[in-house]
Amino acid sequence: MDSHSTTLSSHSAHSSAIEAQIEHAHHEHPAYLLHHFETVEQQKAASSFGMWLFLMQELMFFGGMFMAYLVYRAWYYPAFAAASNTLDWKIGTLNTIILLTSSFTMTLAVHYAEARKVKALANSILVTIILGIVFLGLKSTEYYSKFVEHHVPGANFSIEDFVTGHNTGMPPISADMAQHTQLFFSLYFAMTGMHALHMIIGIGILAFMYVKARGGAYTEGHTAPIDYASLYWHFVDVVWIFLFPLLYLINRHPVH
Amino acid sequence: MTTPEGNNPTLHNEHTPIKPITYVFVLAALVVLTLLNVGLAFLLPVGLIHGIFAVGIAVLEAMIVILFFMHIYWSSRLMMLTVGAGFFTFLVLVVMTMTDYTSRAWGLW
Repeated sequence: MDSHSTTLSSHSAHSSAIEAQIEHAHHEHPAYLLHHFETVEQQKAASSFGMWLFLMQELMFFGGMFMAYLVYRAWYYPAFAAASNTLDWKIGTLNTIILLTSSFTMTLAVHYAEARKVKALANSILVTIILGIVFLGLKSTEYYSKFVEHHVPGANFSIEDFVTGHNTGMPPISADMAQHTQLFFSLYFAMTGMHALHMIIGIGILAFMYVKARGGAYTEGHTAPIDYASLYWHFVDVVWIFLFPLLYLINRHPVH
Repeated sequence: MTTPEGNNPTLHNEHTPIKPITYVFVLAALVVLTLLNVGLAFLLPVGLIHGIFAVGIAVLEAMIVILFFMHIYWSSRLMMLTVGAGFFTFLVLVVMTMTDYTSRAWGLW
């Protein structure tokens, strides 16, 4: 702030040279430095701060659903345990590893953007996109099996599996309690669905960036868009890191 | 100010080169923790102890992603504080909500 006002006053001191100085500033700064920032570093600090504030707002958005899950799981624990055991933990585990790997390749993209390697950057983005699509593909097979099993609230839901104990690997529960499995599945679809929507948006952003990256847009020093796409992608990964144990693992019936 | 950056308000340590091998180790740690979490789900009986372990491992994984993949470890204090404050605020909201729910249905929790 101080240095900014100093600069301003020094400008007014040389009022006759103001236009010349602005002209000069345009020449010595890169094109991506916006006029209201003094340095590239300042611009980067301000914009990444803004990106983090957006992500913290996203935390609150997902947080509400996590909160609902926490309360209802405590209230209707037998229903949540029975419903959770119908989820496929093998696909869940595989998807978690796929998503973590996509975060890794996204971090590599940031690295290669800074290292100014066009091809490596483009390839890293492409692998991230592919891993994201594989995740969504596996997720859709899980969704499909929920429809087949009549476990989708509002679609063709049936409490049959839960009152009989078939296909759940859990003891049968009362019809009253079994109705509450709908709460689990509603939260399951809301949380994983919102997560998937974020991934679809992320894949869209990355596809756009892939095209631009191949043209060398981010390898001339202006890496900020890649940085923020990366932060967004990692945040979506962090959400999944919590979804996976809460939906798939903590209600898992032990084998013995 | 003892940092070499002096009073530079941006304090962005972008010049620290991070080798890709670092990220390989980070990914390996995350995969191991995920598998550990899956293993514990089958080893430990369902209950509070397992819940604490499962969420604890998730918190650890999230911290690793935020610190290393999201570069907060190499970021300015302002960024660390922003992220920390965000999660802390969320934690406060969770605790206050749970305090309300548990005290309204005393004995049912």
